[in-house]
Amino acid sequence: MTLTTPETGARRAPADDPVLEIRNLSVDYGYDDDPVHVLRDVSLTLGRGEVLGLAGESGCGKSTLAYAATRLLPPPGLITGGEVLFTGRDGRKTDILRLDDQSLRESRWQDLAIVFQGAMNSLSPVYRIGRQIADGILAHRPGMSKADAMARAAEMLELVGISPDRLRSYPHQLSGGMRQRVMIAMALALEPQVLIMDEPTTALDVVMQRQIVEQIAELRDRLGFSVIFITHDVSLLIEIADRIAIMYAGEIVEDAASLDVYQRPRHPYSSALLHSFPPLRGPRRELTGIPGSPPDLAKLGGGCHFRDRCAFAWDACAALAPRLTAPDVADDDPRRTTACLRHEPERVAAAGFEAKPVPAELAG
Amino acid sequence: MRFFLRRGLFYVITFWAAVTINFFIPRIMPGDPVRALIARNQGRIPSEAEASLRILFGLDQDTTLWQQYLDYWALLFRGDLGISFTYFPTPVSDVIAQALPWTIGLVGIATILSFTIGTLLGTGIGWRRGTWADSLLPISTFFSAVPYFWLALIAITIFSVTLGWFPASGSYDRSLIPMWSWEFVGSVIYYGTLPALTIVISSISGWILGMRNMMVTVSSEDYVTVAQAKGLSERAVMFGYAARNAILPQVSSFALSLGFIVGGTLVMEIVFSYQGIGYLLFTAVAAKDYPLMQGIFLVITVAVLIANIVADIAYGILDPRTRQEG
Amino acid sequence: MTIDTSIVEESEELAKPSQAPMTGVVAARGRGGFGRRRAGGKPPKFLFMRNSKAVAGLVILAFFLLIAIIGPWIAPYDPSARSSDVLQPPSWQHLFGTTHLGQDVFSQIVVGTRGVIIVGFVAGILATAIGVIIGVTAGYIGGLGDETLSVLANVFLVIPQLPLIIIIAGQLPSVGGVTVAVVIAITGWAWGARVLRAQTLSLRKRDFVEAARANGESTWRIITVEILPNLTAIIASGFVGTVAFAVLSLITLSFIGIGNTGEWNWGTVLYQAQAQLALQRGAWWWFVPAGLCIALLGMALTLINFGIDEFVNPRLRSTGVNAKSLRKRGIRPRIGFTPVVRETDAPRTAIAPHLAEHTEPTDAARPADAARPADAAASAEAEASSPTSKGARA
Repeated sequence: MTLTTPETGARRAPADDPVLEIRNLSVDYGYDDDPVHVLRDVSLTLGRGEVLGLAGESGCGKSTLAYAATRLLPPPGLITGGEVLFTGRDGRKTDILRLDDQSLRESRWQDLAIVFQGAMNSLSPVYRIGRQIADGILAHRPGMSKADAMARAAEMLELVGISPDRLRSYPHQLSGGMRQRVMIAMALALEPQVLIMDEPTTALDVVMQRQIVEQIAELRDRLGFSVIFITHDVSLLIEIADRIAIMYAGEIVEDAASLDVYQRPRHPYSSALLHSFPPLRGPRRELTGIPGSPPDLAKLGGGCHFRDRCAFAWDACAALAPRLTAPDVADDDPRRTTACLRHEPERVAAAGFEAKPVPAELAG
Repeated sequence: MRFFLRRGLFYVITFWAAVTINFFIPRIMPGDPVRALIARNQGRIPSEAEASLRILFGLDQDTTLWQQYLDYWALLFRGDLGISFTYFPTPVSDVIAQALPWTIGLVGIATILSFTIGTLLGTGIGWRRGTWADSLLPISTFFSAVPYFWLALIAITIFSVTLGWFPASGSYDRSLIPMWSWEFVGSVIYYGTLPALTIVISSISGWILGMRNMMVTVSSEDYVTVAQAKGLSERAVMFGYAARNAILPQVSSFALSLGFIVGGTLVMEIVFSYQGIGYLLFTAVAAKDYPLMQGIFLVITVAVLIANIVADIAYGILDPRTRQEG
Repeated sequence: MTIDTSIVEESEELAKPSQAPMTGVVAARGRGGFGRRRAGGKPPKFLFMRNSKAVAGLVILAFFLLIAIIGPWIAPYDPSARSSDVLQPPSWQHLFGTTHLGQDVFSQIVVGTRGVIIVGFVAGILATAIGVIIGVTAGYIGGLGDETLSVLANVFLVIPQLPLIIIIAGQLPSVGGVTVAVVIAITGWAWGARVLRAQTLSLRKRDFVEAARANGESTWRIITVEILPNLTAIIASGFVGTVAFAVLSLITLSFIGIGNTGEWNWGTVLYQAQAQLALQRGAWWWFVPAGLCIALLGMALTLINFGIDEFVNPRLRSTGVNAKSLRKRGIRPRIGFTPVVRETDAPRTAIAPHLAEHTEPTDAARPADAARPADAAASAEAEASSPTSKGARA
């Protein structure tokens, strides 16, 4: 693999060509005897060339998922189980959670790069940005000369629309939008196959958000990497993502193609989330917001964690925890999943509760 | 540039303030001890020196305060700090000039050593928090709580009196003639080791704690996580990203606490009877040699100011944000 | 005119820890040790009292305060009385041995505690008062007045204090304890003022202060009701640091023979020991106890300040679990390499029910967003400027 001949053309790969598979990932927060279980058995698959959106309210664990999958979660975060399988271009699978330090370092940035939430703080204030892009390149290309690495850094800056003479600028001399572009340039410098973006546009104004999102989409088409795009802004995801996973209270509650999520949400939470953002295009609709607030994990009981805020909850929801299954709606995409008891009538009935049908709002 | 201009102006003001404090202290103190000393040494003091003393201590009631102040500055610019009574009739400036190199050598080297080693240790402890290294913290808390001179007493008891490894006092073997010979330099190093070690041990904990706390703070900054995400080596992340940013406040606090450290180390000289400025100050206090005391205060202040300027320049080099135009 | 860039930054950083309600929440949510469970409605000071470092410090300080009060009554001998037991090592008659004149060192130290404590607290109170007045004024009025006061504070910071104290105290005809305290306060207020100024500056821009000003509240009321309560932790920590500094200064002054050598304090004991060549005579008992008392008092003050710092800045807290138990579980807390511990087979499974697929999680404790990497520790970055760094060094 050489740096100068990027793979061109987008490949919207089928889901059976996964590049990153997160399986049953569990994360605790706190090293004491009473940790918070922030993620419980989360599974998620990212196809090659795909843009996967990860959405949910603040604190639902979406950022934690990204940090844990890359093992960048700071103390006292603790991964307590699961695997994160990365499939290289040669088809070899490695479990990132089982790599030793050295192999993990080698794999980072090269296989999987991440753009963090606050571009303000993602760059060290004391080094020029050229150096900060170049040191990542040099760490993985031991034979490369400094001049070549700088040339590559300049090339990357141009790619994101920044003049290469900015290489000699310090972060404080750049605007917020520029810094975020620098971060994207930095992340793409080694042509990673997976790019994780954790709320990359949250701190920016709307115009800048737009530009960045379009730029990512365009770069993805040119370079063919896969993206996990994390945001609380679902309407933004519908623009950019191929597939969207919705998280709630540390679990994935719905995982489907982005148009399906937008037009035919199957989980009450997805539906509510969609109705709390204005749509970017199409007919106007009423904004409703979600009643109540995300659950206090201290009071999390059994059953469905969304039931207190759910319009469709009934007594079964307090007793049974829903599992991710195909929706109980005819003619749905068989690959989409959702975690709601309304879609699990047999299990509800087997547990001795009255099975209730999928409400019309969630079956349209 | 603006940063350095402002700092330069600040040092000018500080210098002016120190001189002015020095001018006013003898004038607002009750009593006239210097007049009594002059009277006692009547006839032995050269008239020129007596005139200097009158200006320094405000004994001329007939001139205005403003005139006294101008005369005072004029004296200082001539380097005239009066004459010492302890080393009568040597001028204060000569007495200080003899002691100053010893202090700069001992305190300067020991302080730089302590800062460097302490910062390195703090970097390591802060980076590996939650490991055995944290157990060093209580020890350094202890060392930061005891006065420097008491540690010196203990060091002498153990290493000089009990073990006999190092001499308990002095700065070189008195049987040698001060000159640039291996023997003499060796003797200076031998005599200076215990005081220097004591200064290092007693002042190092402040640097360890300061750097450790800064490392802990900086470690949770995003750019450190980004550096790890880039797959840089542990060394590159720890020194290049974490420590490189954590050192900035460490340097500013170095500048600010210099005055305090110098004060503490001066007392150390007293315990070791080391012939530097601190020992001189002690002699001056004991003998109520006011001109010498005043002169020493000025010289120490200027020395600390110069060290501060150096620290500022270092900070300016380390932090690009200070070089920003506008 | 001040160290401008750094001060501005500091004010930004300092802005965060001060919001009292938030601090309480962060502390309550904290990473382990400090009484998370009952934290709910309790005011923050009780949380502070649950910090083991602060409690240890307060207990030691209380002990010395007690000795300072009752010292003269419990001392077994008159500290100045001579006896024929000359230079005796410690024994049951003389717990800390005797001096070259047969004086009881233990009594000297017990009686001398009062002088140390009085000077420390008087100087601490005075210097804190000066620091609060100058710091808050400078931070609140801004503009030229701020520049002037900041330069004043910085000048006093840069000028070496001990030599200044020595030349002032050395020229006074008679130097009692309170005089020394006043001199120390005059030279030692600047640190607190500097930190308070930075903090006030950032508070002034905060919404609730702006709102109070828009409401037309008087300046005096804004300062006393809106600003000062938010400065409590910094003022307290500045006070503790100054007491430590004052104690050290007093002892140093006494040790080099400035001040009334007839007034017993730990420094005068050391002065006598040094002057009478206790070192060369091998009379370790003469100077070791006094030094240990200074160290103990100093450590107590430092511990209190650690407590305040950790209370204000949760990031400094240890992870709440000792290193040994972490090692046992194979956890090495590191930035950038989240530990992976598969404890499904270990006995801990019992308290990790989420791993078993059908069990419902029941014991999760804190709000989910505590786990977000960005905000769990988002509160404070202030310790470069935190008052304790001085206390620690003092």
